[in-house]
Amino acid sequence: MNFLYLFVILPLLMMCGVAVLKQAKQVKILMLVGSGIILLTSFVLLYLFLQARAIDSVSPMLFRSDLMWYSAFNIKFSVGVDGISVLMIILSSIIVFTGSFISYSMQEQVKEYFLWFLMLAIGVFGFFITIDLFSMFFFYEIALIPMYLLIGLWGTGRKEYSAMKLTLMLMGGSAFLLLGILGIYFNSNGGNGNLTMNILEIAKTHIPVEAQNIFFPLTFLGFGVLGALFPFHTWSPDGHASAPTAVSMLHAGVLMKLGGYGCFRVAIYLMPEGAETYKILFLVLTGISVVYGAFGAVVQKDLKYINAYSSVSHCGLVLFALLMLNKTAMTGAVMQMLSHGLMTALFFALIGMIYGRTHTRLITEMGGLMKIMPFISVCWVIAGMASLGLPGLSGFVSEMTIFVGSFQHPDIFHRVITILACSSIVITAVYILRVVGKILLGPVFDEHHLALTDATWYEKIASVTLIISIAFIGMAPFISSNIISDSLTSIISRL
Amino acid sequence: MNIDAILLMRTEFLLVFQIIFLIIYDLFASKSGRKGLDVVACSLFIISTVIGFFPATTGSAFGGMFVADAMNGVFKSVLNIGVILVFLQSKTWLNNEYTEHKKAEVYILIISTLLGMDLMISSGHFLMFYIGLELASLPLAGLIAYNKYSSESVEAGAKFILMAAFSSGMLLFGISLLYGSTGEAGLYFDTMRNVIAPRSLQLLGMVFFLSGLAFKISLVPFHLWTADVYQGAPTNITAFLSVVSKGAAVFALMVVLYKVFANLFDYWEYIIYGLVVVTITVGNLFAMRQHNMKRFLAFSSISQAGYIMLGMLAGTPAGMSSVVYYILVYTVSNVGIFAVVSILENKSGKHDIGDYSGLYKTNPKLSVAMMLFLFSLAGIPPFAGFFSKFFIFMAAAQMSYYVLVFVALVNTVISLYYYLLVVKAMFITPNDEPIAYVKTDFSSKLGLAICLSGTLLLGIVSYFYSYIQQFAYGLF
Repeated sequence: MNFLYLFVILPLLMMCGVAVLKQAKQVKILMLVGSGIILLTSFVLLYLFLQARAIDSVSPMLFRSDLMWYSAFNIKFSVGVDGISVLMIILSSIIVFTGSFISYSMQEQVKEYFLWFLMLAIGVFGFFITIDLFSMFFFYEIALIPMYLLIGLWGTGRKEYSAMKLTLMLMGGSAFLLLGILGIYFNSNGGNGNLTMNILEIAKTHIPVEAQNIFFPLTFLGFGVLGALFPFHTWSPDGHASAPTAVSMLHAGVLMKLGGYGCFRVAIYLMPEGAETYKILFLVLTGISVVYGAFGAVVQKDLKYINAYSSVSHCGLVLFALLMLNKTAMTGAVMQMLSHGLMTALFFALIGMIYGRTHTRLITEMGGLMKIMPFISVCWVIAGMASLGLPGLSGFVSEMTIFVGSFQHPDIFHRVITILACSSIVITAVYILRVVGKILLGPVFDEHHLALTDATWYEKIASVTLIISIAFIGMAPFISSNIISDSLTSIISRL
Repeated sequence: MNIDAILLMRTEFLLVFQIIFLIIYDLFASKSGRKGLDVVACSLFIISTVIGFFPATTGSAFGGMFVADAMNGVFKSVLNIGVILVFLQSKTWLNNEYTEHKKAEVYILIISTLLGMDLMISSGHFLMFYIGLELASLPLAGLIAYNKYSSESVEAGAKFILMAAFSSGMLLFGISLLYGSTGEAGLYFDTMRNVIAPRSLQLLGMVFFLSGLAFKISLVPFHLWTADVYQGAPTNITAFLSVVSKGAAVFALMVVLYKVFANLFDYWEYIIYGLVVVTITVGNLFAMRQHNMKRFLAFSSISQAGYIMLGMLAGTPAGMSSVVYYILVYTVSNVGIFAVVSILENKSGKHDIGDYSGLYKTNPKLSVAMMLFLFSLAGIPPFAGFFSKFFIFMAAAQMSYYVLVFVALVNTVISLYYYLLVVKAMFITPNDEPIAYVKTDFSSKLGLAICLSGTLLLGIVSYFYSYIQQFAYGLF
């Protein structure tokens, strides 16, 4: 059996366990232990991957295995990972792990909540391990539908509206995506031989340029909706604001990365000429995402909306860097996925903690929290510093790499748009520092807040795990960036 | 009449045998014996369904009037599965005080209409086709008007019989035009195929023929009867109408289009193309506005018929197998939904979407089952509906109908919206007086279990699709 199957089997087993257990307490403990095991498994995977890579440095994907699924269409359940997928799996495990800890205080309908949460996790893990277009799409859609019930049932605010909006917009995106996948499939044989859904097989042949010009924009748009590409980002602020804490974490931290990952693994990797044709159009759109998202965050008063708009900006940067189509920028894009995943999860976790105590998320109704809950506030400052790109934390490394890579293009269009995108760093500093100054520092706004407690043990574990990861990427960027740029070689060679 | 002919027509003979047996049983059974009628009828039918899966001889009987090939056998088995599921969920309804004394009629009528459908699918001659069609329609009117204490049911029956007569008239007119223009070729499918050419009379005949069948499948703009009849008919009969009756008409249309009108592909391609677009879109747009669950499902089934036609349009073996697979998946999901609706209706008499608010609090198992069936209809993985939609789109994309696939995909999103409205009512909307806990009887439970396992397994396990696919044939 392939080691990678564990990442689908473990959450499945946990789902069975959750369904069988009677008491909420037992369910929560199962979640903590199970997600811990998944986290360990993902580190074991990294270790095994590095060992296998040392022996075999040629194959683009390791841990390959195929199970025939629908032989009539040559659809296989093919799995395989390269360095980028391994890092994404680790990111997902960290978020699932911390999300389970944050959800420890969950009170109502605990069983159902964790069942859907695990289904979301299966979708995410499955997406990162498969390299077959059909299976990828299968898991992609599995990850989308639990969001509706998670937000609609356990959310806050205008939850029914947001849940419906998010689900329908993402499903609309997947409609484009499916069309793109069908187009790739029926052009995958290079004029002879069998049609195939396997990404590696398709990469060996050449999809005709006319077909690429039709199907690249469809595929990119399909994944781009999930990656909050302007003007299809509007699900993100509403959805994230209404979702329960752990779901916001998983969704902003991992699910939005599915968009970026899919964009380069499917759209750019398989259709490089199409990417070349359309890159100007999409660079403009992602550039708007980056700057507009940052400005959006400045004017918001609700903490979750601020963070959701900041996610639009940061995820826009991922797609922006991918479209630069060079190795440095793309390495930066993957680093940014990791970095943004971790820090946005930390932000949403902290917002959840604050909201759970103060019962408000409006920055106008809070102040002086540093005196009341020092642990949460310090974590907030660290997350903020990572987000605005302080050296030593992950945000600096990824944004630096992205902008250096983007500036390597000598022509005027790329340089101008890079400089414009760079301005988002300044705007980010504005909204981060504004929030820090308003809610953490200064006098205590509401006397009732004085009685509030600081983080509990499970919240501390979650925050510390995330902070360690952020600092690790920031302090030792070469470890992850070496793995990433190694894996990018095969993609870059096709450009 | 020799043993070979009997073997060729084994499904039909088994059905005739069941009809006769049930009539005699009903006449002579004691009161307690009549109580067991449901069990007897169901078990007999299950046995005959199982026999249908054994490899059959192929060939033709009555000088080519009746054709048995492997694919026809698959068609019939799919219909049989639908009928079993309808039988299982009908038991509670049939044993109420108004209908208990005449419940044998339901089984007899359903099996007779199924016999008509089987003859229609297997026909090799237009007259045979017409006889099968009439045999399939007339008992249905009786079934729809079965709850004669309810004026809605009787009204629906009257509407249906008028519609059926009208559509048969159209179909017959089409057949007579074809006969008149092709002359001595007769009405045999295989001779007809060679003499049909794109001449105006023959095209007109084809259009009338298509319209007649389009009524049966309730494609837009021939769908106006659907919602009223679905709403008025007893819920379990609505399930039968929406699944088995529709499926049979689709199979029959597919056989005729592929076998007789193959040369006119360039012409019916446009007709079906247009029908698919309006059927999916109109069905969806109307479904969004419905408050009554049965009307809602009527429009949802109209739009599902559009997807089925999309697969048929491809005209390839992959297209045919995806259509049959789609109908199989649609059968288990849709009958499952109707089972839940009828369980709730039998107990509480409520069938508005608004009444389902807060259902999860009182009836968690039924709500979860309903949700899974709705997700399957909407095409959400890992349920079977995802796979069936994917294969339909794949078959259409293979023939480069990318625009049509895109229209269908956009409509999938719209359909997800209204399916989610039902899920939202059951799970999210709070309600002070939800429908009280309903105890489900054994046969409904068994039916639901079959539907659920079908919804979960038909897609993940590729065996079922491969089984269907090995018999499929295409246009060219």
